Amino acid sequence: MEKVAEYLKIERAQEWRGELRKSMKAKERTSRERVDMLERDPDIRNKNIDEVNLGLTEDMALLEAQRCLDCPNPTCISGCPVEINIPKFIKKIDAHDFLGAAVVLKETNALPAVCGRVCPQEKQCENSCFYTISLKMPAVAIGHLERFAADYERESGKVAIPKVAESNGIKVAVIGSGPAGLSAAGDLRKLGYDVTVFEALHEIGGVLKYGIPEFRLPNEIVDVEIDVMKKMGIKFVTNFIVGKTASVEDLEAQGFEAFFIGSGAGLPRFMNIPGENFNGIFSSNEYLTRVNLMNAANPDYDTPVLSGKNVAVIGGGNTAMDSVRTAKRLGAERSVIIYRRSEEEMPARVEEVKHAKEEGIEFMNLHNPVEYFADENGRVNRVRIQKMELGEPDASGRRRPYPIPDSEFEIDVDTVVVSVGVSPNPIIPSSMPDLKMTDWGTIVVDKDTMQSSIPGLFAGGDIVRGGATVILAMGDGRKAAAGMHKYLQEIVKK
Amino acid sequence: MNKIVEKEFFSENVAKFVIEAPEIAVSRKPGHFVIIRIDEKGERIPLTIASSDSENGTITLVVQKVGVTSAKMLALEAGDVIRDVVGPLGEATHIENVGTVLCAGGGVGVAPLLPIVEGFKKAGNRVITVLAARSKDLVILEEQMREFSDEVIIMTDDGSYGTKGLVTHGMEEVINREKVNLSVVIGPAIMMKFAALTTKKYNIKTYASLNTIMVDGTGMCGACRITVGGKTKFVCVDGPEFDAHEVDFDQMMSRLGAYKEQEMEAYENYLKTVE
Ligand SMILES: Cc1cc2nc3c(=O)[nH]c(=O)nc-3n(C[C@H](O)[C@H](O)[C@H](O)COP(=O)(O)OP(=O)(O)OC[C@H]3O[C@@H](n4cnc5c(N)ncnc54)[C@H](O)[C@@H]3O)c2cc1C
Ligand SMILES: Cc1cc2nc3c(=O)[nH]c(=O)nc-3n(C[C@H](O)[C@H](O)[C@H](O)COP(=O)(O)OP(=O)(O)OC[C@H]3O[C@@H](n4cnc5c(N)ncnc54)[C@H](O)[C@@H]3O)c2cc1C
Ligand code: FES
Repeated sequence: MEKVAEYLKIERAQEWRGELRKSMKAKERTSRERVDMLERDPDIRNKNIDEVNLGLTEDMALLEAQRCLDCPNPTCISGCPVEINIPKFIKKIDAHDFLGAAVVLKETNALPAVCGRVCPQEKQCENSCFYTISLKMPAVAIGHLERFAADYERESGKVAIPKVAESNGIKVAVIGSGPAGLSAAGDLRKLGYDVTVFEALHEIGGVLKYGIPEFRLPNEIVDVEIDVMKKMGIKFVTNFIVGKTASVEDLEAQGFEAFFIGSGAGLPRFMNIPGENFNGIFSSNEYLTRVNLMNAANPDYDTPVLSGKNVAVIGGGNTAMDSVRTAKRLGAERSVIIYRRSEEEMPARVEEVKHAKEEGIEFMNLHNPVEYFADENGRVNRVRIQKMELGEPDASGRRRPYPIPDSEFEIDVDTVVVSVGVSPNPIIPSSMPDLKMTDWGTIVVDKDTMQSSIPGLFAGGDIVRGGATVILAMGDGRKAAAGMHKYLQEIVKK
Repeated sequence: MNKIVEKEFFSENVAKFVIEAPEIAVSRKPGHFVIIRIDEKGERIPLTIASSDSENGTITLVVQKVGVTSAKMLALEAGDVIRDVVGPLGEATHIENVGTVLCAGGGVGVAPLLPIVEGFKKAGNRVITVLAARSKDLVILEEQMREFSDEVIIMTDDGSYGTKGLVTHGMEEVINREKVNLSVVIGPAIMMKFAALTTKKYNIKTYASLNTIMVDGTGMCGACRITVGGKTKFVCVDGPEFDAHEVDFDQMMSRLGAYKEQEMEAYENYLKTVE
């Protein structure tokens, strides 16, 4: 920690930063209003899959970057799970060095274009920005600026291929190609390892591809990053389920010396209420996979999806928002969120809730489904809901919802998407009886090295945390890569 | 990309494919299946691994044409490639020597039954197989079944081949004649429902292999879920075989029909493109 603080100080003391700070009075910086990102019109965008956010123009980015005071004690950095040097990248933008800003981002974040789009900044960096804490004013739009710099780099066609150390010939395997796996693979490759990523699905990217919709995170953005990784020499093997196609032991026999497990929390939860297996009731994973991974909404593709006129989505997280907005885009006349707590407790990003409202999504907060009914063909046609009220906070710190007696009523639905959380993917653990697990089915790891109970096996992301975030998964991947490096170097020495 | 090394028609609507898949060939066991996607725009469908050859690194699939994807598959030739093949998936069949095993297959269930018949035979069981079809030309895999069965009984709805009657008649005939220790049924949900009711009457332990609609096949989506013994199970990871006396076949029938309209429309469109 000391070292980091020292490093940040030295960086901040550099001449160009000093000049910039002097170039404008703090008062002038704080008198500016926070920029709003350009967005597509809600009534047009809710009928197509084009990205909703349009980014910042250069002028907007420059103005916003000037708001940043380049604080001597940059609290924002401690709000970032991967501790991006935030003031430095923002000041690079301020100095018109947009490519330089992207380089700063990539020092600690392998996928800034993704994180700029999907991180819950309002709970992280922006929540600990000087503006938020001390001035009680809207934070510097750190997420918007991150996206701007990363997009600028990509669109410039000058995406830097990170330097790779000379090959050391040691084979390592990364299991799962979500953000955790990708960031581990990137770091391991930079250190000179021979890295192969094994992915169960036919596409690389994990939730970034099959879960988060195009209108929020276009596939192209993820593909550019994967391309860079391929150019770095990382090998990708799709349609390969470790624990089924071949076991970890089989891979060991093929010469793999260490493993990173980033297999995610892919298992959908249902509520186990009567009628939940009627047709037209999906898990959000199924609904989003059909649309995002299988292109079901495009008639040229063979996979079908049921797209109703009257869609209810159960839950209040990002996945629920993605599902309900997808339903709208597939032509729903009414698409409504049914959530058992109030808006304040919603785990979704604030921006997603805002966008959903603009697009005509209805919110039935403090409501919970108790039973589904179906027509003679077994297709869901009604849901019985009960009203809820909030009591004392529970273990998660959110107020616990209680049903209000005699408050039940029914509404018509023809499609329901259940989005009440996911559980860790059990395929790897069930193929490795010696691997130490928690009662929740997550892999137990050392929190500094991400090493599991089996020495050559490391893990991170949702398989360790349960459903978490992209940035935490990536942070774990990096930590694990460092842990694996240390482990492998010790073996090599012996 | 997996290359088709051999293709052979068993009948107009059923063909066998031998496909390069070296890792799967080594790790598969009877009862396992794969998910395939024919091309970039294709859907993912489950197909049982009928047999494998670990030396040559191939697996064998037997595919019956019922809709767009199976029709596209049947149109492929040796030398063509399949975009994606992933597996082996599901839990393997618990094959043991139990004595006499009564296997019953109908319609889409005959192909997946083949490796199970083979497995039980090789484990030393007496295996009696009942194959059911609407009429003679729809009877498939008879010869292959005979190779691994002590006896094969054919039942047709119209009596054009074998004995006239339903699969359950054939099963009951065997049950009334000799001691049956275990039964395995695979076919349309309605057939499995009545087959299960039949064996329940005689208290014979029965497995049904459920061919529900699937997407990923790895437990990630829940498209394949079905109620078994009052609990929701995912067929792709908890199955595909379950205690037939516990399965809610009515629910299964309904869920199999979820996309009926889209499937029919897609098939008609497909036929237009090939004509
Ligand atoms: C719809 C949706 C929206 C979300 N929105 C946000 C958001 O806005 N912001 C945010 O920060 N987070 C969001 N999240 C959460 C975030 O996406 C996850 O926390 C993150 O993707 C976890 O990364 P991971 O690498 O651990 O796992 P995943 O992204 O789940 O990737 C795991 C990969 O491993 C593969 N795999 C599993 N088992 C095996 C095996 N045995 N062999 C080979 N491969 C295997 C899987 O197929 C998958 O591709 C969202 C999640 C969903 C579902
Ligand atoms: C674990 C498992 C193993 C299987 N093994 C084999 C196999 O070895 N060989 C084989 O030929 N098929 C097998 N199937 C069935 C096969 O997956 C389906 O026939 C295929 O998905 C149909 O796709 P389609 O696009 O051709 O037809 P669709 O357009 O999807 O369907 C056309 C018609 O067939 C009916 N149908 C669709 N799927 C099924 C099904 N699963 N069971 C009964 N009727 C159905 C539909 O209701 C519809 O009327 C298996 C299924 C499962 C779940
Ligand atoms: S097919 Fe998706 S969970 Fe079984």
